[in-house]
Amino acid sequence: MGKQFTRILSVLVVGFVLGSSGCKKSNEAPPLKVGAIFAVTGGASFLGAPEAKTAEMFVDKINRAGGINGWKMELIVKDSGGKPENAISLAKQLIDEEKVLAIIGPSTSGETMAIKNICQEGKTILLSCAAAEDIVNPVASYVFKTPQKDSDAVRWIYKTMKEKGISKVGVITSNDGFGVAGSAQLAKLAPDNGITIAISEAYDKQETDLTGVITKLKGQDVQAVINWSIVPAQSLVAKNMKQIGLDVPLFQSHGFGNIKYVQAGGEAANGTIFPCGRLLVAEVLPNNHPQKAVLVEYKKDYEGRYKEDTSTFGGHAYDALLILTEAIKKAKSGDRDKIRDAIENLKGVVGTAGVFNFSSADHNGLALDAFEMLTVKDGKFAIYEK
Amino acid sequence: MNLPQIVQYCLSGITVGSIYAIVAVGFNIIYNTTGIINFAQGEFLIVGAMTAISLCRIVPLPVAIVLAVLVTTLLGGLVEIVFIRRVSNASVLRLIVITIGISIIIREAMLHIWDEKVRSMPYFTGTAISSIPILGAYISPQVLWVLGVSSIIVTGLTLFFRFTLTGRAMRACADDRMAARLCGINDRWMVTLSFMLSAGIGALAGCVISPVTQTQYDMGAPLAIKGFTVAIIGGLGNSMASVAAGLFLGLTEAFMMSQFEVAYKEAISIVILLLILMFRPSGIFTRREVSDLRTL
Repeated sequence: MGKQFTRILSVLVVGFVLGSSGCKKSNEAPPLKVGAIFAVTGGASFLGAPEAKTAEMFVDKINRAGGINGWKMELIVKDSGGKPENAISLAKQLIDEEKVLAIIGPSTSGETMAIKNICQEGKTILLSCAAAEDIVNPVASYVFKTPQKDSDAVRWIYKTMKEKGISKVGVITSNDGFGVAGSAQLAKLAPDNGITIAISEAYDKQETDLTGVITKLKGQDVQAVINWSIVPAQSLVAKNMKQIGLDVPLFQSHGFGNIKYVQAGGEAANGTIFPCGRLLVAEVLPNNHPQKAVLVEYKKDYEGRYKEDTSTFGGHAYDALLILTEAIKKAKSGDRDKIRDAIENLKGVVGTAGVFNFSSADHNGLALDAFEMLTVKDGKFAIYEK
Repeated sequence: MNLPQIVQYCLSGITVGSIYAIVAVGFNIIYNTTGIINFAQGEFLIVGAMTAISLCRIVPLPVAIVLAVLVTTLLGGLVEIVFIRRVSNASVLRLIVITIGISIIIREAMLHIWDEKVRSMPYFTGTAISSIPILGAYISPQVLWVLGVSSIIVTGLTLFFRFTLTGRAMRACADDRMAARLCGINDRWMVTLSFMLSAGIGALAGCVISPVTQTQYDMGAPLAIKGFTVAIIGGLGNSMASVAAGLFLGLTEAFMMSQFEVAYKEAISIVILLLILMFRPSGIFTRREVSDLRTL
């Protein structure tokens, strides 16, 4: 037993030494090494899978066009399975072993918060594709994010509610990073907007039926329901509301921006109102809209290459890489700190989520107008009209 | 709480409970033959549902379900022949760990075949928004399908295990494999048969609950954990008790939810599981003498 153990150990040690020497060699080659941590599998795969595909497509396109200033980009995609603990070890691996220039992702807010400090201490640029406001507030100098702010989504929802004369709402959220952050923002901004949250409940992210929670909301006579989650259970909300006869408007978060959720909700999803970037309605935007060209091009490229519908989540990865390439072009250097400074000075970069204007105090760069209120009409996304 | 609300909580409890129950039934079949708990049961459900979802684009829904059940039944048999049968002189614990490994393999394979997206089968009757009013509360017709199918499965299984020769032979294998073999029972095939049966029933369950729960490649494990909890509460091996226990757990959760924060729901079912394991390890519906006899 002891002998066998020593033998296994020595094999491991040899393997480790060989493995790490192999890594050293590949370090010398390309100047622009970009890491990506996405939840390609697991509960948040709705976000991570399109993000990973988009990132690969983006980098291919850059390299086929000759790279940035002639430098080729190398992308290393890691799958976190949506778990913060995986994200931590992957981030350490990318920073310490691969010595990447920047990390794109992670997909979810919980994962991003788990590695925020690791990237800051490792002086590695992090361009998160997750939405929670805590990622850039307080600002960490190396940490940026591309999706629109939670608080702006809440402001849009409350504004629409006021127009519809709704004041008493029920809130349900998933018990993950995105849901918890959203629930806090909803509670924080409600008083200023004249909204009363009659009841706020969190459900398990793997929930398979929500009629119980919705019965509870129904008992409070709410005028509308707000659901804040990125998990498949959000399709259940619409179905279960209709099934138990809770006939009030359903508002979803910007986490609803994937046509698959609409398809999963079937007929029940019609009429759902939610704030979202304009990618989902790219075709119907007026031709002079500043984002139109970018959105249509991304959509065409993605749908042509992968034969599946785009979602706003893939767009977040597109924006992250776009910002990074713009900053590299501007910095004319592969140096991390110079690129970081360049990102803070980027103005008027047109991405899929909106027009980015960064500053040292604003590491998100998007304003309230990055959102549009959308709705579901006959199983398709449409712009919400009062 | 007024009457419609109480009824609505009941119906919600029944909805959730019926899902737990139909998942739990699958655990009992393999347990009845081999004494092992098959942790890949949840994956059988998802394989069944996914196959049916893919097939129902080309063939009518009932045909798709029948084909999906057949495919999953074959998969169950294959799994047993490849992984379980080869392990000689295996302890129950070792076989259980193997089933955990099988569940991981099937899950990863599903990820490659059907990708990570969530899907669901069409409702058997009506659509996502139809519901049946009962005393001022509502329930989805699909829940009645789930309840109906589980009662048919349970009745069928009970009759099969009690009154058919094959069923009795399968139970004999669980009690004493060697003695069963001495009586001329082909114990190996009985085990294979039990895997096939439970995979097939799992697939049927997966299809029936898919419109309610939706189907994603990694949903098997959480479903299986709930099903396992219910199987323990009812008493392992007893399908009828599983259904009762499933509805009991669903209703308990629904009424706890009405009084406490929803987030505590999972904790409640775990507490119930712990209490049962501590004080009535043979399940609330099994008489103690019976379980003592089994372990002799």
